[in-house]
Amino acid sequence: MAAEPRPKRPIRWHIAVFLAPAVLVYTAIMILPLAGTLQLSLFRNIEQSQVFVGLSNFRMLFGDPNWSVNFWNALRNNVWFFIIHMLVQNPIGVLLAALLSSPRLRFAAFYRTAIFVPTILSFVIVGFAWKLILSPIWGVAPHLMDFVGLKSFFTPWLGKEQYALTALSLVSVWQFVGIPMMLIYAALLSIPDEVIEAAECDGVTGMAQFWKIKLPLILPSIGIISILTFVGNFNAFDLIYTAQGALAGPNYSTDILGTFLYRAFFGFQLQVGDPNMGAAIATMMFLIILGGVCVYLFLVQTRLRRYQF
Amino acid sequence: MKTKLLTALLLGTSILATTGMALAEDVTLNIESWRGDDLTIWKDKLIPAFEAKNPGIKVVFAPSAPTEYDAALGAKLAAGSAGDLITCRPFDKSLELFKKGNLADLTSLPGMDNFSPVAKAAWQTDDGKSSFCVPMASVIHGFIYNKDAFDKLGLKVPTTVDEFYAVLDKIKADGTYIPMAMGTKDLWEAATMGYQNIGPNYWKGEEGRQALIKGEQKLTDADWVAPYKELAKWKPYLGDGFEAQTYPDSQNLFTLGRAAIYPAGSWEIGLFNTQAQFKMGAFPPPVQKAGDTCYISDHTDIGMGLNAASKHPEEAKKFLSWVASPDFATIYANALPGFFSLNSTPVKMEDPLAQEFVSWRGKCKSTIRSTYQILSRGTPNLENETWVESANVINGTDTPEAAAKKLQDGLDSWYKPAK
Repeated sequence: MAAEPRPKRPIRWHIAVFLAPAVLVYTAIMILPLAGTLQLSLFRNIEQSQVFVGLSNFRMLFGDPNWSVNFWNALRNNVWFFIIHMLVQNPIGVLLAALLSSPRLRFAAFYRTAIFVPTILSFVIVGFAWKLILSPIWGVAPHLMDFVGLKSFFTPWLGKEQYALTALSLVSVWQFVGIPMMLIYAALLSIPDEVIEAAECDGVTGMAQFWKIKLPLILPSIGIISILTFVGNFNAFDLIYTAQGALAGPNYSTDILGTFLYRAFFGFQLQVGDPNMGAAIATMMFLIILGGVCVYLFLVQTRLRRYQF
Repeated sequence: MKTKLLTALLLGTSILATTGMALAEDVTLNIESWRGDDLTIWKDKLIPAFEAKNPGIKVVFAPSAPTEYDAALGAKLAAGSAGDLITCRPFDKSLELFKKGNLADLTSLPGMDNFSPVAKAAWQTDDGKSSFCVPMASVIHGFIYNKDAFDKLGLKVPTTVDEFYAVLDKIKADGTYIPMAMGTKDLWEAATMGYQNIGPNYWKGEEGRQALIKGEQKLTDADWVAPYKELAKWKPYLGDGFEAQTYPDSQNLFTLGRAAIYPAGSWEIGLFNTQAQFKMGAFPPPVQKAGDTCYISDHTDIGMGLNAASKHPEEAKKFLSWVASPDFATIYANALPGFFSLNSTPVKMEDPLAQEFVSWRGKCKSTIRSTYQILSRGTPNLENETWVESANVINGTDTPEAAAKKLQDGLDSWYKPAK
């Protein structure tokens, strides 16, 4: 008896069909522009036509002091911007989440909402509001500080080279502290009561409980927050632009990669935009972010222990 | 959106109003512009004045938003749907259009000889041989002061640098007013209202500017560093926290009567007239020694050119000749105090403050901002760097010499003057 031919496996069209919308949309709005940017960075406009020049734009970006000084300055500022977020925003976020998850806290929902609200505000509003708050002429900051006898500590922070970037970083922290808070809060809530109860049976309570039990359990969330902060900070632009303008004054002290890219790509005032150099800077930003994310994925995330409940 | 709707409405009404009487052979000219603010002036004053004298030609003013103008105009020119008449930005942006063949050569247009070479410089090829836009208006730099404050403190309008500082010292000693309303936060105030305002007196206006372009002078020369040295001296006379004071802050400080002197551009006149509750006066940048020739920055800002693809070049040229005439200048300058006609024929203006500004043309020599022509084509951009360095000098971050050196080094890195 001849073996019946095995029924041919039908081609599973449905997989392609169901994937298609997401793939198409993502390709059209993310992958193609990204490829376009990379391509643009390898060309240069010579006599009104795009000419392939290989890596010469990058050579100019790093070799010509007119570009490289600005680039390294922007990168340095961006790193500082990131450090402030990591040192201030995320610890405060964890602290707030820990406080909010405390069962004895009253009005927790109100605090949660109030702290999260700035996150959904537009950058323009945040930048403008803080510019006014810190204004030495009409701002409330000098008056409030006068009230508590600290007037002598007031300086026009946004106008001083040594303070402007830190001040803006803190404004950004103020705006975004709600995101780590919410994520950590959710992580803390998801810790099962049994684990906490077991810890209590073993006599681990209070601060020790937080450090020894809860913190290890929320570490993966903190990792995710760090990487979100990293990507967000190295893509930042709006706050600096609304508060300090495209020249990121004073004396380029608040210039980050985003504003540097903007000036190069679109130009500013009499400066004519140079899309090719802009694309080269955008490519560098992409590589920096890609590098950071890879470091996190391969070195950090694989070592984080996960607990299944 | 609102302006577009308004434009559409106005267009609609003007068409409706004219269909009745328009003859078949009427020619309609469209004006491209970014000056949406001027729509009523064009519609109510300028265009009727022209149409009354030139039957058979209809003119429509069709502005777009300032930030969209350059891109929109480029797209329309490429598509062949741009208007017959094109409002010109000064220098490189218009020069680029001319080089691409979008703007027609107007060198021989009747009426062009009504303008001085400085006035035409903004819309000429680098060699000065062809002109492609009719100069319409310029803005003049100087200082606007609070007349009431000056009267109260018994101050006289300063003419020399020494008198200028004496006046500032007196205002500061009195303490009622902030001596000078200027901030460095927005950077361009320091450069435009500061450096470009007082600078021409030191680098001798056109003489220095041309020598800089030819490479005969450098920004590190004494004449170019001197204005920075003056700016550095301004610091104690500015208000508390001037480092974080923005341009609107400065305007408000002055119009609220809290500051006595405002380093200005004449475009402020319109706004200040409506906001300030006190009498105002103006004086030109003070000279170094009594009797020195004074120089003012009379910066060409707006012009009008002819679309090379226009279907009605003859009628459009007729209109441009009219724009070059004293008639146009009178209406325009009076409707927009602070935007001065560049016409060589003196224009009679009603606004006293505007009159004061324009009277300096008679006694001082005019020049334009030193960084605008040719010198801001490369990277680093001289204009932008001047903003940053002017603010640095006032903030005390850089010495005048260091600032000048940075600017010259930046310029040297890409600019090779023709020998």
